[in-house]
This record gives sequence, structure tokens and C-alpha cells, in this order.
Amino acid sequence: MKRVRQDVEAMARTDVQLMLDVKAGDDQSFELLLRRYRTPLVNFLYRMVRDPGVAEELAQEVFLRVYRARKEYAPSAKFTTWMFRIATNLALNSVRDNRHRQMEISMDHSVNPGDDDPPAMQVADGAPTIEQEMVARTRAEMILKAVHALPEKQRAAVLLHKYQELDYDEIARILECSESALKSLLFRAYETLRAELAPLVNSVRA
Amino acid sequence: MSSTQTCSGMENKLIAYLDGRAKPAERRAVEEHLAACADCRLRAEDFRALWSVMEDLPVLSPSPAFDAALRTKIAKEPALRGFWQWLPSPRLAFAVTALVVMSVWLSSMPRIAGGRNKMEARIEAKATQVTAEADYRMIRDLPVLENYDVLSKFDALSELSDSPVGVTKVGAGQAQ
Repeated sequence: MKRVRQDVEAMARTDVQLMLDVKAGDDQSFELLLRRYRTPLVNFLYRMVRDPGVAEELAQEVFLRVYRARKEYAPSAKFTTWMFRIATNLALNSVRDNRHRQMEISMDHSVNPGDDDPPAMQVADGAPTIEQEMVARTRAEMILKAVHALPEKQRAAVLLHKYQELDYDEIARILECSESALKSLLFRAYETLRAELAPLVNSVRA
Repeated sequence: MSSTQTCSGMENKLIAYLDGRAKPAERRAVEEHLAACADCRLRAEDFRALWSVMEDLPVLSPSPAFDAALRTKIAKEPALRGFWQWLPSPRLAFAVTALVVMSVWLSSMPRIAGGRNKMEARIEAKATQVTAEADYRMIRDLPVLENYDVLSKFDALSELSDSPVGVTKVGAGQAQ
């Protein structure tokens, strides 16, 4: 009972309080941050790089960098701003490295049309029928493909806005642009997605 | 109903209006424009539908090995020891220390050398002065220059060139 109360109290602590505890040498607080952010981070990175294995590697690298920097941590910005900035930079570097590798590979081998499809992913879901699962998977792949086709900065902006629901000032700091520029960036990104996903959008509106 | 906002003016207002984060003044401006512009009204409805579609993206669960893999990586991290944590090996730490010590030692060298140089320069200046005085005395005391006024007014000298050879000849003649 006491343990449960301690856990609830710990979960109620803000990210900054937890990070300051980590700085003071409390590894349990780091565990709590890990539990709080591993799923959002893995999903953000997966949607950025479209490779579950790479997304996990990058998410671990983010936590490792947070841990390494604990002694220098100063709560000058929101913890999420700091963490997603690290994650965004790692994802962008990975995407650029991967694109470079892909270009090198395509010089040597002819690529089949379906080769760029991501590997099958494990979804944290209920137990739908096979048909429902196939429809859901097709929709998910369409959405992922459309998001992934966006320019890198627009993609990061959409993911941080739509799925992480970060404030505009946070996203602007992560992407190093003004809030006004960010809003225009998001507008253009959603305009592209509106066109790319028109069949799905129209089916919802119908 | 006329709108003060243009469609292009919606570019940095519409998203904040739709996600409910627009300021009251911005919200009023967007509502006014949407009431007057069918294209932007359609766009706003499509954006809402798009966000609903995007909710269908499944949430990926980290693999069961995620935490264990991270703990292994963290366990491999060296313990923090202030500045030395940034150095990858004790050998490099020694090399950096040696380099710093050498730099400090070398940076102190020019000051000593500079002092010595000044002293040497002073001694050299003094020596030059003494030599100049000695030269002057020697020239003054040379017998050939005893009658310098006579020599300087000697007409034959004016016909000689300024070359050292000519001077030597005159000097040699006088000496004889």
C-alpha cells in the first residue's frame, strides 16, 4: 500500500522535478521519466524514420543523452522541449544518413517497387478481425507514407503538433523557427496531407 | 458579409483556430473570414476530418527488451568524475595533462627570454655607443686628418670621385 502511494506521488511530480532528482543522483526518477516518455518517443521516432528497429535505437540514444547530461541539466526550458529537440535532431540525422545510404545502394542495385515499405510492426491494440486489421493496416500505411513524404521539417512539425500536442512555442524552439513561421509550416504540411489523403478525408466527411 | 482577412492571411491563423489555441482576436478574425469564404470553410472542414483520420495511426509499443537494452547502455557509461568524464581513456587524460603543463611552461618562456633580450639589447646599445666613441676618437686622432680643414679645401679633392677607391688613393697619398 505504501509502495503504491509512493508511486502515485512520484508520478505526480513534474518532469523538471524528476530531472532535478536525477541530477541529484536519484536513478529511480530516471526510471519514471523513462516509463513516462518511452512510448511517445518511440512512436515519434518511428513516424519520423519509418523503421521500428531504428526508432528504438534512437529512443535509447535520446534517453542515454538525457542521462549523460543530467549533471549539467538546468530547467531553463520544458523537459519535453529539450528531450524532443534531441530526438528530432537524431531523427533528422538518421533520415539524412539513410537517404545517403539508399542513394548509394540504388547506384548498385535496381530496387523493386515494394522494397521501401517498412517492416511489419507490432501494434498495441485489441484483437480485431483479420479483415478489420487489414483495413486498419492499409489506412495506417497510407497515413504513414503521406506523413513520411513531407519535407523533414514539416514532418517533425506535424508529428510534434498532432501527436505530441506540444505548445507552439515548444515546437518552434525544437525546430529553431518563429511561431509564425511554424504556423505557416503546419498549414502547408496539412494542405499537402489533405490532398494526399483525400480519399480518407472525404470518407470521414461523407 | 465582407471579411478583413484574405485567404493567404489564414495561413498562420487557421491551424491555431482549429486546435483551439488561437487568441480571442485571432479567433474572431478567422470566424469572420470563414463566414465569408467558402474555400477556406471547406479547407477548415477538411483539416478537421484529416486530424480525425490521422488518429487512426496505431500506437507502437516499445519492445520488451527496450528497458533492458537501455540499462545495459547506461551501465557501460563511465561514472561522472567532473572534467575527466569527457576523456575516453586514462592515457588520453595523461596526454592532455602533459600538453597543458607543456603549454603553461612554454607560455612562461617568452617572458624570461624577453627580459634577457632587453638586457642584451641594452648591453649591445652600450657597446655600440662605446665603439662609436672609440671610432670617433680614432678618426679624430688620425694624423692624416690633423689638417682636415686644409684637406677639405684642397682643390684636387673636389675633382676626385666620391668612390671609396678615390678616397683611399688620397689617403694613401697623404700617408706617403
